[in-house]
Amino acid sequence: MANVADTMPDPMTGEDGIPLKTKLRIAERRNRIKAALLVLPLFAFILVTFLVPIGQMLYRSVENNIIADNLPRTIELLSEWDGNNLPPEPVFETMVAELKIARETKEIGKIGKRLNYEMSGMLSLFKKSGRKVRKLETGPYKEALIKIDKDWGDPEVWATIKQVSDRITGSYYLAAVDLKRSPQGEIVAQPDYKQIYVSLFIKTLWISLLVTMTCILLGFPVSFLLSNLPMRTSNLLMILVLLPFWTSLLVRTTSWIALLQSEGMINDLLVTIGFIGDDERLKMMFNQTGTIIAMTHILLPFMILPLYSVMKTISPSYVRAARSLGANPFTAFWRIYFPQTLPGIGAGSILVFILSIGYYITPALVGGQDGQLISNLIAYHMQSSLNWGLAAALGSILLAGVLVLYMIYNKIVGIDNMKLG
Amino acid sequence: MSDSADNIVVFDHVQKSYDGENLVVKDLNLQVARGEFLTMLGPSGSGKTTVLMMLAGFETPTHGQILLEGTPINNVPPHKRGIGMVFQNYALFPHMTVGENLAFPLEVRGMNKADAEAKVKRALEMVRLPEFGNRRPAQLSGGQQQRVAVARALVFEPELVLMDEPLGALDKNLREEMQYEIKHIHESLGVSMVYVTHDQSEALTMSNRIAVFEDGVIQQLAAPDDLYERPDNAFVAGFIGENNRLFGKVIGEDGASCQVELEGGGGVVNAKKVNNGGVGSRTTLSLRPERVTINPTEGQSANSCKARVEELIYLGDHIRTRVTVSGNEDFIIKVPNAHGHPVLQKGTEVKVGWETEDCRALDAPAG
Ligand SMILES: Nc1ncnc2c1ncn2[C@@H]1O[C@H](COP(=O)(O)OP(=O)(O)OP(=O)(O)O)[C@@H](O)[C@H]1O
Ligand SMILES: [Mg+2]
Repeated sequence: MANVADTMPDPMTGEDGIPLKTKLRIAERRNRIKAALLVLPLFAFILVTFLVPIGQMLYRSVENNIIADNLPRTIELLSEWDGNNLPPEPVFETMVAELKIARETKEIGKIGKRLNYEMSGMLSLFKKSGRKVRKLETGPYKEALIKIDKDWGDPEVWATIKQVSDRITGSYYLAAVDLKRSPQGEIVAQPDYKQIYVSLFIKTLWISLLVTMTCILLGFPVSFLLSNLPMRTSNLLMILVLLPFWTSLLVRTTSWIALLQSEGMINDLLVTIGFIGDDERLKMMFNQTGTIIAMTHILLPFMILPLYSVMKTISPSYVRAARSLGANPFTAFWRIYFPQTLPGIGAGSILVFILSIGYYITPALVGGQDGQLISNLIAYHMQSSLNWGLAAALGSILLAGVLVLYMIYNKIVGIDNMKLG
Repeated sequence: MSDSADNIVVFDHVQKSYDGENLVVKDLNLQVARGEFLTMLGPSGSGKTTVLMMLAGFETPTHGQILLEGTPINNVPPHKRGIGMVFQNYALFPHMTVGENLAFPLEVRGMNKADAEAKVKRALEMVRLPEFGNRRPAQLSGGQQQRVAVARALVFEPELVLMDEPLGALDKNLREEMQYEIKHIHESLGVSMVYVTHDQSEALTMSNRIAVFEDGVIQQLAAPDDLYERPDNAFVAGFIGENNRLFGKVIGEDGASCQVELEGGGGVVNAKKVNNGGVGSRTTLSLRPERVTINPTEGQSANSCKARVEELIYLGDHIRTRVTVSGNEDFIIKVPNAHGHPVLQKGTEVKVGWETEDCRALDAPAG
């Protein structure tokens, strides 16, 4: 036996003496490199257009350099202040000096704006003081500053400055959930008139849920019909389902306005046939109803497509088997057919829900006052108020919410059970 | 068989058309006796599934009536017919375990849990899968799924069970095993079965009677041996088992036999009158390969004919011999590999002979 083994070549070694395993590894490595090269362009694209911006957003939501950069010495001195009475004279002196520099570098508005998020009145205080400190040459600076604006004599102002001096802050997140840090450093609720975000989050979730439900209710029968029709008819109908994708969002939304507004066609029709009086025209546009109607219409295909593709694969013999076993049509549907469509409902729901949570343009156009969603506020903070930190915090919360939902879904239904096509 | 008291199912002049133009089932008259295993056999598209679907209630006859236990059921919905059914792809509910699948028919009948459990257990034992109640259908092999489907169709104790090509997806060995098992279950439970297949050996081994379908019409309804040995017409003769056909013209008749002049110059032979026209008409002669003798001794067979050996295939127990007889190049003879069987050479001229009884004069092909 030993002799044979000596003379025979090792079966795990090829003719050229390279072990089979090494050869296999080389061959597989080549395939792996090929695969990597194929996905590389997309990966680079996603990195630049998706991952980097998200990272940026996450950074922005906690970034807080403006005070630390522009009032470095003041906040250094403030760190030794006990916060009870007014800070000592040297603090006022450096503040004046740094205000002068900030005015030169035109940063003073930004400082004021940042502080204004925490305490209203700060922006005007800084602008006004910035103009006037130019003439201040000699001390005592304490009295001089208080003379410029008596707010400088308020310890809360100094406490606020001290508080936002950290380079990393959680205050945007607090603001995004209607909380703030009091000058004493405790977390407290925002004043009532400023509490808008939590209720808006809730409203966004609620509307998204409603839209998802209506999409299920409207999409299920259509998908059922589609999956049971002969191929030719179902293809035609499918085109109708997809039609919303082929028209521009603006055109669609405008048509909804034309249809649904108080002076719109539906109301005109109802008034003409005498269903409602001229003074009781239904308000279906520029409010929540309008948002729900328009969003349902736009997102319906995202429900129908996965549902259809799941239903298409359910053999009619299941329902037949159930019927032959003694189930009436309803039982056969509910116990046998419906459970098998759940992966489709799940996939459609998660698509529609996630899309509607972040929906922006439709509510902006048809939502009116009470049809605005959280994304509209994010957009507002990005474009109008320029409070990017808050916008980023709101966006991050939204992102986290979606991820949590996704995880819950995965736990309950299982992502592998989801069928998108 | 036509005594109605003992028929569980009666098809009375049933027709079916899907499109309003073509009849898929034409004037079907069929009685299924209580406790019988009746197989519907026929080529693809001959309407077997359609008949089954009408019986199960998933299609309505366009004409005629179906009676179950003597009552018309045209307007009874499927779930009230109480007919068990096994589908070709088994149709086991994928989101339920095997046990839940079996319990389903009992549950919808409102049976209490304990009774249902006992029945499910017994049904699983019957198909020899007692340990599989908690598995999902997807975790079973094809043969096991098949058994579960059979058990599910039987668990609510229907009088009648329909099976539509239930073994079509199984490999040959498993199919034979399952044929035996289904047959065994049928015998021990005494249910009536209507079984659809297009596998003739399956039909022959399992059935009490076989209905041979072609183009929506029952060509012959008979017991397996009758069907094989005494086919009524050329289609059945050709469809069931191997069959040699010779065409010819009837030139004379006497009693039970007729004289036929073969086309292709084979001379005149005697055949048993079965389904042929009168003198002067064309006819198809049907001969089973195992009923033909090569080089018969003088007086051994009533008919003989010249033939040329074309091909010899050694198959162990017999030698499959292809010869040309009267212009038919595909005339097959099974020569048993018995002691002293004739040794043939390709290309030699021989004589073939047969009994008049074994040569059946049937209808001629149209046209
Ligand atoms: N739902 C239907 N609509 C229209 N035509 C149908 C329908 N079902 C069956 N047919 C037609 O009816 C004829 C008989 O079909 P059927 O399914 O009964 O055949 P079969 O004998 O079961 O065939 P197979 O052995 O292939 O299953 C075929 O020509 C088929 O095309
Ligand atoms: Mg069929």
